[in-house]
Amino acid sequence: MIAVLTIFLLCLCVITALGVVRAGNLFTAVMLMGIYSLLMAAVFLLLDAPDVALTEAAVGAGISTVLLLSALSLTAEEEHAGGIEPVLAAAVVLITAAIIFYATFDKPPLGDPDAPVHRHVAADYVPMTQEQVDIPNVVTAVLATFRGYDTLGEVVVVLTAAIGVLFLIGPDAPQGRHAPSGNLAEGGLKHHQPLRIVGKIAIPFIILFALYVQFHGEYSPGGGFQAGALLAAAIILYGLLEGRHAAASVIHPAVLRTMAAGGALLFGGVGVTTMLLGGRFLEYNVLRDDPIDAQHLGILVIEAGVGVTVAGVLILIYHAFAARGRP
Amino acid sequence: MNLVPHLPALQVVLPLLVAPILVLLRDARLCWLAALATSVTGLCIAIAITGQVLDGETLRYAMGGWAEPHGIGLRVDELSTVLLLVVNGASTLALLGGRASLLEQVGEPRQNLLFAAWLLAVAGLSGILVSADAFNIFVFMEISSLASYILIAGGPSRRALPAVFKYLIAGTVGATFYLIGVGMVFMMTGTLNISDMELRLAEVGDTNVIIVAAGFITIGLALKAAVFPLHAWMPNAYAFSPHIVTAFIAACSTKVALYVLLRMDFFVFQKNLVNHEWQFAFVLMPLAAFGILFGSIAAVFEQNIKRALAFSSLAQIGYILLGASLITVAGFNAAVLHLFNHALAKGALFLAVAGIGMRFAHLRLDEVRGAGRRMPWTLTAFAVAGLSLVGIPGTAGFVSKWALILAVLDRGGLGVALLVLIIVSSLLAVVYVGRIVEALWFGEPAGKDQAVREAPPMMLVATWIAVAANLWFGLDASLPGELAGRAAEDFLRHLP
Amino acid sequence: MNHILNLFNYWVFVLLLMIGFYAVIARDNLVKKLLGLSIFQAAVFLLFISMGKVSGGTAPIVLDGDWDAIFSNPLPQVLILTAIVVGISTLALGLAIVVRIKEAYGRISDVDAPERRSGPP
Repeated sequence: MIAVLTIFLLCLCVITALGVVRAGNLFTAVMLMGIYSLLMAAVFLLLDAPDVALTEAAVGAGISTVLLLSALSLTAEEEHAGGIEPVLAAAVVLITAAIIFYATFDKPPLGDPDAPVHRHVAADYVPMTQEQVDIPNVVTAVLATFRGYDTLGEVVVVLTAAIGVLFLIGPDAPQGRHAPSGNLAEGGLKHHQPLRIVGKIAIPFIILFALYVQFHGEYSPGGGFQAGALLAAAIILYGLLEGRHAAASVIHPAVLRTMAAGGALLFGGVGVTTMLLGGRFLEYNVLRDDPIDAQHLGILVIEAGVGVTVAGVLILIYHAFAARGRP
Repeated sequence: MNLVPHLPALQVVLPLLVAPILVLLRDARLCWLAALATSVTGLCIAIAITGQVLDGETLRYAMGGWAEPHGIGLRVDELSTVLLLVVNGASTLALLGGRASLLEQVGEPRQNLLFAAWLLAVAGLSGILVSADAFNIFVFMEISSLASYILIAGGPSRRALPAVFKYLIAGTVGATFYLIGVGMVFMMTGTLNISDMELRLAEVGDTNVIIVAAGFITIGLALKAAVFPLHAWMPNAYAFSPHIVTAFIAACSTKVALYVLLRMDFFVFQKNLVNHEWQFAFVLMPLAAFGILFGSIAAVFEQNIKRALAFSSLAQIGYILLGASLITVAGFNAAVLHLFNHALAKGALFLAVAGIGMRFAHLRLDEVRGAGRRMPWTLTAFAVAGLSLVGIPGTAGFVSKWALILAVLDRGGLGVALLVLIIVSSLLAVVYVGRIVEALWFGEPAGKDQAVREAPPMMLVATWIAVAANLWFGLDASLPGELAGRAAEDFLRHLP
Repeated sequence: MNHILNLFNYWVFVLLLMIGFYAVIARDNLVKKLLGLSIFQAAVFLLFISMGKVSGGTAPIVLDGDWDAIFSNPLPQVLILTAIVVGISTLALGLAIVVRIKEAYGRISDVDAPERRSGPP
């Protein structure tokens, strides 16, 4: 039954993806893109990856749709025909497709428990989590401690994106002579009473859910990244309804900057602390006498760092897009 | 606390954690100082690491205290060391000389973001070089790429924007191809650790999946390394970025992508894949040859100095790839040497160009005519670095070109053809460097150039340090020679 | 039939990859290129998550202290969490560049055209 459902959803994914490529109106394409992400998230859920599903839904369907729409309000909605010769592009694509297609026949079948990918490193993570970390969500354990250095990298990637967006379209960035006057995203939907009321009812629940996801991430799907994205979604939703200035009065952009940088510094600071205490970088075990307690403490702090940075960065990016345009 | 065992981690973590602090600072001068101090410290760390590696150690570090392959390990050997020196050295020299130029081209208010991005680029590139984990390399590749896009987008001309967009698309496609390849290898081996991959690939090396994975990884990295014909993003990205950024990026970013390509193809696949050398013999070697020719010819006809030097980089990337695709110890040695020496030459050239760029709005040959008379120090530096690029004896460029010629000649009839290619392209290099130098020294100044004077002292100092390095390593190549030689020995151990 | 079902996810991965890749190289509109890139990246997420699935397994979260249950593979999920973040970061930066291109050129397609004149011979 689940297999059939997966196949059905995957077919829908392909159809929406084709729709995104074919749509002449960019607004339509962006909306289809949101649906594509949501379908993908559902597939991930069926494939036993709730953490990934939650993230894809919050980021792919939520945040990136908002960013794309804000960008569209500053650029143009219609796509004009053009581009390189479709024949050449199709040829490149088909050749690449044929090559990967060729590779699929040697792949282990879906779900095979004896596939090499399950037999080596990954097989040890569950017992290692049980003995040395002792938190129920193995994904969080791998993310926050076994591969914590990757996660620090991920936080830095997000921070880099914020630096880039501020550098390119922040308040100090230069404007070209074709800069649009005013910005649709600036004002909000003040004249759409039903949307405002329904939206505002949702906001407290989103924030509550974000906090739950943040502090319950060791036990259930979620963690700093998802929580940060949800918190950002709540604030951005508020901004979309009431205007950018209302959102800025909830958390001031200067505070957001501090959050974005501070979260990454908090994460890195844990690493430096463990070094000073005689361990390796991010070796949480040295934080306390009992290694399992120490792991819990380390994970708690770095997840907080992740959440703070992600929320700060995403809201900051929203402000940058929404404030762009001539005054 | 004893810092020595932590050096590989500090190499990455230091710039990584100073960058967020810069975001919060406002004062442009303070940010520059902090970035420079971090970069100098990074260079010192790289030198200390080099010392340890020269003592015969391969440095290892277990992130989070988790042993490989379950945790992410760092691993620094001779090959990584060569490029750690290049990345941190290029960053330090460019920052040392670049304050005035960056202020002028990017503007004061955004300096903190610029230097934060700069340090993130350094951290990303260093992170790739010290990592022993294929996925971790992807993460740091993205840090360095995003940071480079920011730096390039700081260029004053509006044409920097389409150029950087093109680079973003190419870079992301390249990184995603790499990720697909790593995913397929991971699927068949269950590991992400590079050494572990090599061991475990032995059983599955002949499956379609692995062959295709090797192809994806190579193509993705070739795209990032601007290997001909996947270089379309490169000339404009170099030409329209701020001059100082070009000096930094051109010296190291494509080379780090090449490093990953060598690391994956030789240290993971070569031992395990049947007929993997065909990929080099029938694909990469011809591409390298075409790249050398095309790059050199395009450089000869290019009017914009920075674009001409960018096309020259395309040819030089071809040399490095040519050396590697011989799959001999001598060839690999030459490739590694050229990674180092070309970075020296190109870094020095672009620093000199940045000096010229401070006095001229456009770096077209017809506009900078006769500039040499007003700024002789800059132009002499350009000329000497140009000699190194051509490969005149006594300069660093000669050392690696000579090593490459010797390596090529081991290959019999094919070797003679390749030798002809190297000679032709060196003559073309004489032409394109010569024509720039000629225009700068002997051309009649175009119109009024009262404003033209020598580049600022700090920039001259940085440029001349780079030039001196070209001369030093041309006369005494023992340091890069030793490192490249040992990297080649290591390479030998990974041959089937 | 079973063989087809077993590899179905990978074939969809190939299809989605190609749809996205086509949009990236064939479309001239910069926003469309970025959308293509997102489809392209999401396809890779599907590859990783599919390889992590274990038949009869559950999500890698331990319920009621039952550490011996069959779990799907947590490692690909962790990698993809990171990759999703990388994807949104690239998208945000790309969109910011597109906004600047629009401001500078007044259009978001065919901006490459003026460059072709001064291209290599």
